[in-house]
Amino acid sequence: MRVVAAERLESLLRDAFPDASELRVDDRTGGGDHFQVTVASPRFEGLSLLDQHRLVNEALAEPLRDGTIHELRIKTRGTE
Amino acid sequence: MSDLAARIKQVIEDEPVTLFMKGTPQFVMCGNSGRALEALRAAGAPVTAVDILPDPQIRQELSQLSGWPTIPQVFVGGELVGGADITQELSESGELEKLLAEKLGGGYRDAAEEHVVDVLGGTRA
Repeated sequence: MRVVAAERLESLLRDAFPDASELRVDDRTGGGDHFQVTVASPRFEGLSLLDQHRLVNEALAEPLRDGTIHELRIKTRGTE
Repeated sequence: MSDLAARIKQVIEDEPVTLFMKGTPQFVMCGNSGRALEALRAAGAPVTAVDILPDPQIRQELSQLSGWPTIPQVFVGGELVGGADITQELSESGELEKLLAEKLGGGYRDAAEEHVVDVLGGTRA
């Protein structure tokens, strides 16, 4: 189950950021519900941090809503 | 808009800096809430904290208002700054201090007390 949750998050992020140069989902505690996601994508260019994180939150809206994600840490950057 | 949503909105608009968190500054119940609080303290922000744990409705109404799904949420001058990661990043880069000075005026540190507001009852401690 633990691996499944991380894989599901990664697949949702891949769909949202197909051109990401870096995309990582780390299970911070090994418990399958505290995640650190790191995304570098050209989509973030020119966006405020707030809007960058909004895009990640939107991509993960379902696991955020259904309780899969208990805690989420986000690190985003552009690719330039 | 429900009464609760109206009270949440009013706190966001009235308070210079609002932190919606799990627990209180004296009794932090979540690591991310603690990180946001520490980042605000490091920037010398006057923090008004709202504990979202007493009623799940608080979080629901808040997220509907802000369009932000997770806790904590930090507002400065009525506007969403972000969650723990953004607040921490901005604090470390010095941008949070700039934002606070811009929104609240250069002397914002003078008023840097911490308050707790209860959006269910509306009392202030």
